[in-house]
Amino acid sequence: MSAPPPEAPASPAVEIDGLVMRYGEKVAVDGLSLTVDRASITAVLGPNGAGKTTTLETAEGYRSPHRGTVRVLDLDPIRDRRALLPRIGVMLQGGGAWSGVRADEMLRHVARLHAHPLDLDALSDRLGLADCGRTPYRRLSGGQQQRLGLAMAVVGRPEIVFVDEPTAGMDPAARRTTWELLAELRDAGVTVVLTTHYMEEAERLADRIHIIDHGRLIASGTPLELTRGGHAATIRLVVTTPFPADAPESLRRSLGDRVEVTLLDAVSIVVTGPADASSLAVVSRWCEDNDVLPESLTLGQRTLEDVFLELTGRELAT
Amino acid sequence: MSPGGGVDRLGRREEMDFSPRPGPAPFPRMVAAQAAMEARLMLRNGEQLLLAVVIPVIVLVGGVSGAHHVGFHFTHRAVDVFTPGVLALAVMSTSFTSLAIATGFERRYGVIKRLGSSPLPRSGLLAGKVLALLLVEALQIAVLVVVAVILDWQPATGALGGAVPAIVVGTGAFASLGLFVAGVLRAEATLAAANLIYVLLLAAGAVVLPSSSYGAFGHVTTWLPSGALGDAMRQACLHGTVAWRDLGVLVLWAAIGTVLTARTFRWE
Repeated sequence: MSAPPPEAPASPAVEIDGLVMRYGEKVAVDGLSLTVDRASITAVLGPNGAGKTTTLETAEGYRSPHRGTVRVLDLDPIRDRRALLPRIGVMLQGGGAWSGVRADEMLRHVARLHAHPLDLDALSDRLGLADCGRTPYRRLSGGQQQRLGLAMAVVGRPEIVFVDEPTAGMDPAARRTTWELLAELRDAGVTVVLTTHYMEEAERLADRIHIIDHGRLIASGTPLELTRGGHAATIRLVVTTPFPADAPESLRRSLGDRVEVTLLDAVSIVVTGPADASSLAVVSRWCEDNDVLPESLTLGQRTLEDVFLELTGRELAT
Repeated sequence: MSPGGGVDRLGRREEMDFSPRPGPAPFPRMVAAQAAMEARLMLRNGEQLLLAVVIPVIVLVGGVSGAHHVGFHFTHRAVDVFTPGVLALAVMSTSFTSLAIATGFERRYGVIKRLGSSPLPRSGLLAGKVLALLLVEALQIAVLVVVAVILDWQPATGALGGAVPAIVVGTGAFASLGLFVAGVLRAEATLAAANLIYVLLLAAGAVVLPSSSYGAFGHVTTWLPSGALGDAMRQACLHGTVAWRDLGVLVLWAAIGTVLTARTFRWE
């Protein structure tokens, strides 16, 4: 890493070092360390239950670390809570509003708690909330509630926003609006930290991705670094009837030692490694020899899904 | 970093300046906003309005017009006995039942969690709640006083001097107990418990009727927050004096409620 340019702030927006969080016996976060650069979009990617929300909540000052340290904007989220809270925006995974409150009323209320809130009409327009302003919160659709949650997180013009699964339950149009807004915040100098289990969201939006699983950091990098590293491509083979038990081993023997063959489920196999067009021919030949009828056989660029699969042997999508 | 991020390819979006400019609003403004919001929500809720105004008015009108039919014999006119009791009932319904139910559901819906990450400190949240209670109570009292005056209520001179401290300390006692209930029970259980306690205190707690009309049990009711508030209001409105002993009981309940709440309340 090269030294930061002189005008850039010296410290990262978020610094987490050796964080351990437990719920009773269960370890939710297990020695996690990561940093978030200022004015960037950082995605914390992982399956449900990986410890994403717990990690975020320590940065938001909701939970005390059981071990390790968390610093946000060079402040301790618990001890310096009062100084930090006005500077951050938080979007919870759900709820956060009275059931009988109207959408515009709720947003106006949160705005009034801040010294220099955004223009409410413009923000509502941008997030497609203008039409449902008079609607009580409990009658908003899931996507509208999410967008209102996002509006509440950004209305106070924070330096850093934490958004937890921002697009869960949104339709594609709303998802795109949300992505555009987050990118625009970043361009305006706001630090954005989001959790997601949608790899597409992380891949398209994030400047930097931290992949976590079982409360541990298992990979970090830009989307390009993560997908380019290791192997160039993957082959996915889906068949019509379940594979014989020795299929992965037998296919690996046909392809040679340099590839890895993983059985995803009874009817699909992923080949990672230096795969190319000739590997496709080998797989195709193997199907013929073993009386296996392919439903689909594709050669694709490595995705974050593949990265996750290689690192954990499991699929990310839930 | 590209500066032109605010403009859409189709040029539809309004340009917005998202550059950070954080800061809390001044504390009094935050508290005022919170109080206005909570008061509005309380008044908008039909059930709460029933509890806050409709039931006290029915008790007042029903009590006054029916007192001699049922065989109640007071040392004063019925309207002069019932009015301070009904004012105490209105204070109890708002500061205990309404507050407990509202707070229980705020916890359930994550409102308190959401506000916990806003610039509003917890002291501001509490101040906002208390202010909202006093606001709603002022409206309740205004309505009830108008009804009482129509029924020819004649409070003693100097009633205000005893009634105002009773209302303030009574609000403190009931609010701290309401928050305690909301903090330890789930939202539905809070709803049930707060309503049940309200009905029990209304029937047997010496709020509306003087503790002296409960026979041997009357002595016990003078130690209840309901009996203490009711008797303090009656003493103020009937005799124009301050009921120091009852105010002391209310302060004691406020202290108990505050300690219990501080020890058990979970914001989430």
